[in-house]
Amino acid sequence: MTATSVEPTRRDFLYIATGTVGAVGAAAALVPLIAQMNPDASTIAAGAPVEVDLTPIAEGQVIKVFWRGAPIFINHRTKKEIEDARKVNVASLPDPQSDEKRVKSGKDQWQVLIGICTHLGCIPLAHSGEYNGYFCPCHGSVYDTSGRIRQGPAPKNLPLPPYKFLFDSKIRIGEEDAAKV
Amino acid sequence: MMSGHSTYQPQSAFMKWMERRLPIAGLVYSSFVSYPTPRNLNYWWTFGGILMFLLGAQLVTGIILVMHYTPHADMAFNSVEHIMRDVNYGWLLRYLHSNGASMFFVAVYIHMARGMYYGSYKEPREVLWILGVILYLLMMATGFLGYTLPWGQMSFWGATVITNFFSAIPLVGESVVTWLWGGYSIGNPTLQRFFSLHYLLPFVIVGVVVLHVWALHMVGQNNPTGVEPQSEKDTVAFTPYATIKDGFMMVCFCLVYAWFVFYVPNYLGHADNYIPANPSVTPTHIVPEWYYLPFYAILRAIPNKLLGVIALFGSIGILAFLPWLDTSRVRSAKYRPLFRQFFWIFILVTVGLGWLGSKPAEGGYVLASRILTFYYFAHFIIILPVLGWVEKTRPLPNSISEAILNEGLPLGASGPAPTATKN
Ligand code: HEM
Ligand code: FES
Repeated sequence: MTATSVEPTRRDFLYIATGTVGAVGAAAALVPLIAQMNPDASTIAAGAPVEVDLTPIAEGQVIKVFWRGAPIFINHRTKKEIEDARKVNVASLPDPQSDEKRVKSGKDQWQVLIGICTHLGCIPLAHSGEYNGYFCPCHGSVYDTSGRIRQGPAPKNLPLPPYKFLFDSKIRIGEEDAAKV
Repeated sequence: MMSGHSTYQPQSAFMKWMERRLPIAGLVYSSFVSYPTPRNLNYWWTFGGILMFLLGAQLVTGIILVMHYTPHADMAFNSVEHIMRDVNYGWLLRYLHSNGASMFFVAVYIHMARGMYYGSYKEPREVLWILGVILYLLMMATGFLGYTLPWGQMSFWGATVITNFFSAIPLVGESVVTWLWGGYSIGNPTLQRFFSLHYLLPFVIVGVVVLHVWALHMVGQNNPTGVEPQSEKDTVAFTPYATIKDGFMMVCFCLVYAWFVFYVPNYLGHADNYIPANPSVTPTHIVPEWYYLPFYAILRAIPNKLLGVIALFGSIGILAFLPWLDTSRVRSAKYRPLFRQFFWIFILVTVGLGWLGSKPAEGGYVLASRILTFYYFAHFIIILPVLGWVEKTRPLPNSISEAILNEGLPLGASGPAPTATKN
């Protein structure tokens, strides 16, 4: 056999074309098989926004509400907690973010967080840990009063849910302020 | 060696008729009756049979449990209590199943340690060994899925932590986890798919066991000397010799199994799992089932999420490469004085990791986990390759029979030693 390869024939073309169509068909057949596992319509509908009245939450109190099956912490922070969160050197944090970016402007006392540890999903305990913020009992991640990761295996700050203030004492979780984003 | 053993001779007219159409009796006969096994196998070789028995037991008890169990987030917990209180012998079937899973892991760990001690993973048994690693992974997955089914606190939070491993995948992690859950958190869709898969995987295990045994019968069993059988003098027929020995050990093993089931049925479980799943409270101390503890300790030893998850999977995956990481040409630890010590250190380190996995992740426990995790990997990546080069091994016997003779058991001293039957 020398380098002069045989000319591609029409049969070769047919083989390749048939094979390609077959592969595309098989891939297309996988789509429903895989997609069925994603959240279904009822789960998505159940994940609609929820409204929370803030009036009963006293200063220094944290309440938990559920949105999309996830606990949302609403922390009515004290002056001291806000100060503690603001006096750190942001650049030195594992996941640098200023406290101002983690609350709505002018609503510094209201901190709304998804209470799911960014390590492996446990629910941290409020008002505990070295920074008196949140402490995750599962593998020992420590968050500060802004919900930022300070120590332990969790890689990220506690995430913020989309939410907006309807008025001063009511928020809607699951919807972002259109004007502000 | 494979060609040496006798073949099946059908006796009755019906079996002769059958054998020409579906030679299944012949297959069973040559695999489990006349199959030649090394004559020096010790009791550590009985755990393969025990594993097959336990797989059967899990299938039978599991299929019965499904007749009474309800895979729904609102009803699963109560249906398990219904099994425990209302169903006739339901408590027994459930305890057999939950303790059976633990016994399954006891047996597989002994079975794997046996393979590591006697070098059973070495040429030509690499594929056999890798199929074993796959079986072990499938067992781990099945056990995990099963443990979520009672939908107690540990079920729920164990499932949360384990599925979140996948959130460590860069970029697509979160979407993968949502896809696994079928929701924004663990919920009913998760339970239902886990139930479906918990039913499926044991049958996949059955399939891989068939491949495992097939591969075993291609290359033959290893034995305590690690020297391949040379002649018929080195082997005995599977039946009655291996069947009796396997059967005896199986009975002994069942005594232990029964002791757990009847005397301490919840000893290996967690009290928290008798509290219905509550998505708003994480138990203060989450620990997985005992059989995952060493790997859990490795996960927690590493302060970085992604690397922790990689180390966890790596610590299991590395087993598949063992045939190539161990560079020694001598199989059995019996003739490897240094390896033998390192083997036991490795066992102690793994048990130590298991103990650490059950402790809270703080202070000295974390430091100790880091040291042992380092050693665990060093055993495979540094110690085994280097040992193969530097170790001075003891001289190997020329054959299995010679090894037995040298140990002061002359042939004929207590009647002729059994040899492979030649019918
Ligand atoms: C490789 C074999 C298997 C293993 C290792 C295994 C393991 C487990 C484990 C650890 C549990 C949790 C027990 C508890 O804490 O209550 C469980 C539960 C369950 N398994 Fe399996 N299983 C196996 C095979 C099967 C099969 C073949 C079926 C059905 C076809 C099945 C059906 C169930 C059901 C319905 C439950 C929930 C009831 C309960 O919690 O007791 N399992 N399994
Ligand atoms: S889940 Fe919170 S530290 Fe691991």
